[in-house]
Amino acid sequence: MHNPLLQLEGVTKRFGGVTAVENITLNVFIRELRCVIGPNGAGKSTLFRLITGMYPPTGGEIFYNGYNITSLSTFERARHGISMKFQTPMVYYDRTVGQNVLISLQRHYDLEKAGKMAVNFMKNFGLAGMAGRLAGEVAHGYRQWLEICMAVATNPELLLLDEPTAGMSAEETARTAELIHRLNDLGMTILVIDHDMEFVRLLNCDLTVLHLGKFFAQGKLSEIQAHAGVRDIYLGKR
Amino acid sequence: MFAWLEKHFNGPQTLGESRFFWASFLAGCLFLLCLPLFADEYEVGNYTYFLLHAFLALGLSLIWGQGNILSFGQMVFFGIGGYSYGVFSVNLLKITQNTFFSLAMAILFASCCAGLLGYFLFYGGVSGVYVTIITMVSTMILETFMAQTAGPQWTVGLMPLGGYNGMTNIPPLQLNLGGEFPYEFRDARLYYLVAALAIAAYLGLRKLANSRYGNALVAVGSNPLRSEMLGYDIRMIQFAAFTIAGALAAASGGLYAAWGNYINPSVMGLTTAAMPVVWVAFGGRRCLLGCVVSALSLQYFSQCLSADGSQYALVIQGGVLMLMIMFIPEGVTPPLGRLLGRLASGIFRSGAGRRLPIERLENNGA
Repeated sequence: MHNPLLQLEGVTKRFGGVTAVENITLNVFIRELRCVIGPNGAGKSTLFRLITGMYPPTGGEIFYNGYNITSLSTFERARHGISMKFQTPMVYYDRTVGQNVLISLQRHYDLEKAGKMAVNFMKNFGLAGMAGRLAGEVAHGYRQWLEICMAVATNPELLLLDEPTAGMSAEETARTAELIHRLNDLGMTILVIDHDMEFVRLLNCDLTVLHLGKFFAQGKLSEIQAHAGVRDIYLGKR
Repeated sequence: MFAWLEKHFNGPQTLGESRFFWASFLAGCLFLLCLPLFADEYEVGNYTYFLLHAFLALGLSLIWGQGNILSFGQMVFFGIGGYSYGVFSVNLLKITQNTFFSLAMAILFASCCAGLLGYFLFYGGVSGVYVTIITMVSTMILETFMAQTAGPQWTVGLMPLGGYNGMTNIPPLQLNLGGEFPYEFRDARLYYLVAALAIAAYLGLRKLANSRYGNALVAVGSNPLRSEMLGYDIRMIQFAAFTIAGALAAASGGLYAAWGNYINPSVMGLTTAAMPVVWVAFGGRRCLLGCVVSALSLQYFSQCLSADGSQYALVIQGGVLMLMIMFIPEGVTPPLGRLLGRLASGIFRSGAGRRLPIERLENNGA
């Protein structure tokens, strides 16, 4: 738990005159489960896009497993073991659920093996019986699980989940939290963005709070809940 | 036979996988085989002309139908294939004693050109409609360039490029088997050669489309960002598809030059550049065989119309394209295939189906 898997050092991202992320320094340790919270516009999604290489940073450096990955492209970072679920489900809408999972698995395995593994993956992610349905036609919650399933199918070391429970019912949210704990127990390092405090409580992990693109606070759930500043900006005074 | 075809050529990315489909396919092949027996020399030549465009349609179907990249410039590679076949065959015939080597060299050269353009397009981050515009402009540029190559200074080895009058005296496909005269591929011989190559290209592309690469190409076409996040090098995948499509277009071009012993810059003009797009849109871009059938039938149709003035043929084909995009954007063959499949399902035992084994397993278990 003491080796940082991901290190962000003074990472900044500006879009013209707008600073979306400013001088963020963050260490994520191996096998850690951490949640990044903050109000809208705090720079959470931008932070994920910086980690995955979709945006080049304006300043600062990103290290992964001790290597500087700042100049690597998205697919190279993915091949190094970074995987992500996007805020809006990014699946292959015009393909079946089975093909979606297979496409994720076949980068590592031949088609026959990937096909067999896909069946197990779908069962584990609550997608059993849906293999033949188009991804664009299944309910939103299942699409979220499908995308998590696809992200996990690449066998990542670091899994980034951007609002994995958006649009889910309370029961689905609880199942998702359980799933994330299970993946974390299997050894995956997981970074989650979410707005839903109920879900964050279920995850019961360390929190990093961003506000207006800057690092604001960090600590255990209870500490953050007791943090007067965080309550002001995000949780609301109670 | 059916089991063999189904085992090797069925998969999630190609349409038409039932026993009925394969039976129709074999019947179609038999029809192609018998066609010269009932046609005169002129008609066989015509059918060869239609068939040699199948490669062009297959290539466009691969990049547009599977990879979602609309290239309007396939005729560039057709033209390069044709012209370079002319240059290679005239210059190398004495040395190699056959022109098949020249055809292979022409395809290789055009593939390199396609690779070069593809490299700048995809590694330069060009996507969507800009690929279409750049490929369209490239076909216009090459047409304009070739049109001004009339002078004697534009001679490559023994072969003058010929400017707008075109390149003449291109040798037919031939093998020298040691006799007094070379074994030339003309008329029915050329017809059978082209038909066999077209069938092989179709089956080969089906195999490719259902391979890991084919799945990845479809994935990149469907959602590039998701594919990149799964670790796919989308630039490499698109570059490869573009090069393969270029090679297929060049095969059409080389065979065209060998068939007519002639090629001129108008093959790269805007009107001709639009034709493959019309065929593939009409046939259904996701359906490889549909694109071939559509290319053959639209050319036949166009030739029939041309008897009454070629401008009408073009206007009608343009109208067909507009109607297709408005009313049947997926093309004619997918809905037609589904209809015929339903009608025939009582006669033929259903084949493996187009779904993945996992999908069948899951559905049966559910």
